[in-house]
Amino acid sequence: MDAKQAGIAVTIIGGYLGSGKTTLLNHLLQHADGARLAIMVNDFGDLAIDAALIESQQGDVINLSGGCVCCSYGDDLSLSLQKLVSQEIKPDHVIIEASGVALPGAIGRSLSLQRAYRLEGIVVVADASTVQANASEKYIGDTVSRQLYDADLLVLNKLDLLPTAEVESLKQWLAEQSRYASIIEAVHCSVPSSLLFNMSLVNVPDSWPDSWPDKRPDKRHDTRLAMPADSLVGIEPNNHDVSVYVSLSIKPSFAMNAHALAEQLAHKRLALIRAKGFVRDTNNQLKTIQVVGRRWSVTDAPEGAQPGMVCIAQKNDMTEHAIKALFSADAAISI
Amino acid sequence: MTTIYSARKIITMNPARPYVTHVAVHDGRILGAGSLKELEGFGTYSLDERFANKILMPGMVEGHSHAVEGKWWRYVYCGYHDRMDPHGKVWSGLTSIDEVIARLQEKDATLDNSTEALTGWAIDPIYYDNRKINRFDLDRVSTTRAIGVMHASGHIMNVNTKALELADYLRQGIEHDGVPLGDDGLPTGELKGPDVMFPVGQQAGFDDNMLEFDEPGLIDFARLCVRTGVTTATDLAAELNDDTVDMGNRITGADDFPVRIMSLRFHHGVTPEELITHTKALAKKSTDRFRLGKIKVIADGSIQGFSARLNWPGYYNGAPNGLWYIAPQQMLSIYEMALEAGIQVHTHTNGDEATDLVLDTLEAALKKHPCSHHRFTIQHGQMINAAQYRRMAKLNMCVNHFANHHFYWGDEHYRLTVGPERAERMNACRTALDNNIPMAIHSDAPVTPLSPLFTAWCAVNRLTHSGRTQGEHEKISIEEALYAITLGAAYTLNMDNEIGSIECGKQADFAVLEEDPTTVSAMALKDIKVWGTVQAGRVFAASNI
Repeated sequence: MDAKQAGIAVTIIGGYLGSGKTTLLNHLLQHADGARLAIMVNDFGDLAIDAALIESQQGDVINLSGGCVCCSYGDDLSLSLQKLVSQEIKPDHVIIEASGVALPGAIGRSLSLQRAYRLEGIVVVADASTVQANASEKYIGDTVSRQLYDADLLVLNKLDLLPTAEVESLKQWLAEQSRYASIIEAVHCSVPSSLLFNMSLVNVPDSWPDSWPDKRPDKRHDTRLAMPADSLVGIEPNNHDVSVYVSLSIKPSFAMNAHALAEQLAHKRLALIRAKGFVRDTNNQLKTIQVVGRRWSVTDAPEGAQPGMVCIAQKNDMTEHAIKALFSADAAISI
Repeated sequence: MTTIYSARKIITMNPARPYVTHVAVHDGRILGAGSLKELEGFGTYSLDERFANKILMPGMVEGHSHAVEGKWWRYVYCGYHDRMDPHGKVWSGLTSIDEVIARLQEKDATLDNSTEALTGWAIDPIYYDNRKINRFDLDRVSTTRAIGVMHASGHIMNVNTKALELADYLRQGIEHDGVPLGDDGLPTGELKGPDVMFPVGQQAGFDDNMLEFDEPGLIDFARLCVRTGVTTATDLAAELNDDTVDMGNRITGADDFPVRIMSLRFHHGVTPEELITHTKALAKKSTDRFRLGKIKVIADGSIQGFSARLNWPGYYNGAPNGLWYIAPQQMLSIYEMALEAGIQVHTHTNGDEATDLVLDTLEAALKKHPCSHHRFTIQHGQMINAAQYRRMAKLNMCVNHFANHHFYWGDEHYRLTVGPERAERMNACRTALDNNIPMAIHSDAPVTPLSPLFTAWCAVNRLTHSGRTQGEHEKISIEEALYAITLGAAYTLNMDNEIGSIECGKQADFAVLEEDPTTVSAMALKDIKVWGTVQAGRVFAASNI
């Protein structure tokens, strides 16, 4: 994917009924960390909106203090998205919850028709204890399979309900179903928001410091990802997380083919959950690279940005050497 | 005050006295049907002989329509077949793309402002040898205003270059199944599917809510009802927010509003719990002419849009299986709660797999909340097979078949979507009746024209547009078809106690016809002229509506 103009980033959350999509949304709402999220849901249903946070409600739109909004789009998502973008204050990030039987890939394709938006990634939530059975169920089996197939990132949820011995074979099965989407393991969908739509990655660093400060430049942003270059640091998991995430920060020294690099970073062999940063393209233009699981995009970098790249993976999956190799002088020439 | 109407013949649908000459009306209800001598026993009356040369039959009941048709008539009619508008003007069918363009050009010439959108509907390229219509065709009408024409099926729209430009679709790099591209890499102007159509449709003059009726549209829809002999019509899928309900009550409450509208709350956009709560609240706002308190669930998509859910082996042309519009667990929750609350649910299915899901789900829900008179109804049920009817009979279900579909798209189903064998048993009215399933037949207006006599003609003759009889063995008799558009439909709406036949105690709802449908040839059924209606004792002449 290549675009001159970067629209508002959109993450689509898909997955069958009961897999944990709403739990994930609730979690994100509680960890918006100052970002203006727009959450689009089919119905408000089980969405846990703290009444104290509600500033106003107008029909299908609930405005929350802090700038987040929740919209119930019913059966007309494209119209709701149009209305959203016509508002004076635009959201930083839009999260669309697909209905339990919707195909998230189809939603993503219609999103491509609205230039104000840019699909960042499709996250499909799977209930570890039921996903395999659902995928062979008489009526919804093919729907579940098609949802998994559409995933850029899979959140393998409710892992506490699965005997440990079965986790590996389930992951292998999911990998095949999803064309090797990266997998995030979770319990109660308590996934650090930074992994899915981290605002610090989306918004900063617009300028990448030459030397890494000990402290983050802005409190609002997550220092756990702004690490000294060439270092591997664990991201503290939430209470129920069954795994630990690590980030790898790299400062590329060479101009390189941004498309080829992005494609490589999204390759299944690296198992990256996310990557974001700026690289100098072979024509000497600075480009933004975004990777969400299997999906990548390259856009023009904002003014003042400096080369730098952050990659996140689950600790056990991190392929530090392979990633670094992509940024080596040899690689810069070969790709 | 009692009025006794005389008629050439009154078809009562009451088997005890199927045909009579007089009907007595008091306070909008039927005192009795019989001979003048019999009815004189009710006491003082005035004899009204204005229908002396007419045929009366029970007011027709359209069990599956959408009141939005009234609104659509404000757009330019571009259909292939002749069609009557709410004011009685018959718009001639357009037999070529050039004629479509010419009609749009006529409209274009009447618009003062060169940028005002121009909106059309009911075009159907299958009648033009499936020649694709593109933006350049519509550019012949105008390059300065956005133009959009909705297809008859409601699944595809054609737009001109200006409309694409305004919606920001006129650019390279669009990758979407619903937006075919030309050799120049730009969209051709054909847009498939609601998510693709709506953003452009807005530019081309379609309003935000393409499915919901508005105030003038509801009045125009009622005019169409009078012209086609309909005294009760459904508005089968609506959101029914407070404003719409207030507006509906106000419009239908007018003394001269000629039809009873039953509007069903559809399941989208709310949880099953909210759906039930809202439907209960709606029931309390129900009035005689604006009936509320039932639910419409949509299980799958459409067959010609390849979004219906089919059982093995799926589509004849190998297209992948369609889409679920609701998760099975949600359907189960709705059914269980509705049964518990005594709310009737109508469920749209097109494919046979969707029907299987409905049957499995209702069977499970009934185990939890046993109920023998729920009258849960399958709407369309176009591919229901014999085994499914047998199950439906055991589950006390009703069906409302889409008889008109045969005429308009039967050839497509035969050739492309489901193939010859299954196309011949689509909308299997004969098998439904043989299994004692309470059955209605419908138009799904505005998808096809509102006209129950035409719908009856479709079910009786099973002709396709090309003139083939498709499924001889599924034909029903004229009497059965007339029953289906009166008492049959009334039963599916749980209103057979008050409408659907001309007998003592029921609402004085009549269709007033110029000819006798029980004596014309099967092929002439659709051509019977409708004089107008009597609705709850009020007389409405089509010529004066």
